[in-house]
Amino acid sequence: MAYRWTNDLTQADVTPKAAYLNRRQILAGTIGLGAIGLAGRANAQDLEPNTLEEITSYNNFYEFGTGKSDPAQNAHQLVTSPWSIKVDGMVDNPGDYALDDLLAGLSVEDRLYRFRCVEAWSMVVPWNGIELADILNKVGVQSGAKYVAFETVVQPENMIGVQRRVLDFPYVEGLRLDEAMHPLTIMATGIYDEPLANQNGAPIRLVVPWKYGFKSIKSIVRITLTDQEPPISWNVANAREYGFYSNVNPTVDHPRWSQATERRIGGGLFASRQDTLMFNGYPEVASLYEGMDLSVDF
Amino acid sequence: MDIAGKLNAVLRRIPAPTVYIVGAIYAAWQFWLALNQIGPYLAEPINILERAYGEVALILLVVGLLVTPLRKWTGVNLMKFRRAIGVTAFFFVLAHFLVFAILDVQSIGRVWTEIVKRPYVTIGMASFLMLIPLAVTSNNRSVRKLGGATWRKLHKLTYPAAVFGAVHYLWLVKGFQMEPIVYLVVILGLLSLRLKWNPARVAP
Repeated sequence: MAYRWTNDLTQADVTPKAAYLNRRQILAGTIGLGAIGLAGRANAQDLEPNTLEEITSYNNFYEFGTGKSDPAQNAHQLVTSPWSIKVDGMVDNPGDYALDDLLAGLSVEDRLYRFRCVEAWSMVVPWNGIELADILNKVGVQSGAKYVAFETVVQPENMIGVQRRVLDFPYVEGLRLDEAMHPLTIMATGIYDEPLANQNGAPIRLVVPWKYGFKSIKSIVRITLTDQEPPISWNVANAREYGFYSNVNPTVDHPRWSQATERRIGGGLFASRQDTLMFNGYPEVASLYEGMDLSVDF
Repeated sequence: MDIAGKLNAVLRRIPAPTVYIVGAIYAAWQFWLALNQIGPYLAEPINILERAYGEVALILLVVGLLVTPLRKWTGVNLMKFRRAIGVTAFFFVLAHFLVFAILDVQSIGRVWTEIVKRPYVTIGMASFLMLIPLAVTSNNRSVRKLGGATWRKLHKLTYPAAVFGAVHYLWLVKGFQMEPIVYLVVILGLLSLRLKWNPARVAP
């Protein structure tokens, strides 16, 4: 017998889309329904992407200078073709891969991600990229490997910031293998369906949306699988301020500034700060850090 | 006539308040660019404007410290502009602080937290506070009231204020950056010159 129960809710009581998408995201993260990729995309639907002009004009890429507009001014000198990536360490198929060969047969997906800089500003970027897991599976990760290390190109004659030794170049980064294999982790090759601008890390860069932006290393020329935690540039420069994990975490301040709030790029001179979200709003990665004290392993 | 003399002849014809006018026009121009998100202000105007005002303040503090050595070495006399340079520096520090407090941090509670919790903000704030009495007494009436000696003594606060300003800059940047180091070295250099010239310190 139908209509035994009468619904007294109206359209106004419908759960907002953003809220239920979030809930599904949390479910996916904790129970591991395999819906992580779906949740990642669903979560993105309420995000308003920044313009390409904003994304390409406000950058940190210290090899081209420390000012925010320096990379846009200087990165045109970077030579991105031909481009090859050295894959070495604990892999089945090491070698120097031409970029096209490394990516051949792998699918490029659209990923609209929040991007949170450690300096407490943020953007929303419509990346085009390939899941890093696909690339790693292609080269064959050996069983003992625990970490993935990355290295940025150094072209001293084309990168005017390299001589200034702001950091110890080449810029290096790294992820734990499970972070690297997470479906949210991509190697981006484009933004807005256009090839990456040089200042955004052409021709290929890492994007790890739940970590501070400096983890998302640009213009990658080397990927190394290893069983040791690899050094990362900002940690080498200042271990007190920059940890290996560097997950976005509003409860752990940078020693010199608060991480509780952030300013979304593009809001103009009177833009309000907004609250920073744990894991930058990607709670499905929380299970990667179970049992860890994130104020110690920051 | 030598170059310094010619320069001084030109400088004599420029009224000192020109410094205020140029400063105000520059500050307003930068604000207008930021408001309309033009040029370097395209993506993120708040932080860039904050930096722009702070850097002008630092430059003016350096120029203010340069006036005396410049006259000693080259004979170029900027003395009549010095007070205006100092007061304009103060206004840029004030503008820098207001952008920080109102546009950047956006709440009194958070401003206070930043001042107390972040050493680079604390030292910047200390520099700002030191400049307040100097700005307030930058008029002839105050010179008469305090007496020349006391007034000059008070205005030696520009020395620590400039050093604190440069340290504030050095402390806030990421990585090993040249620019703030250059400011600090130049300021310390200009101050060390003064140590030698002070006969009271040279004589044992």
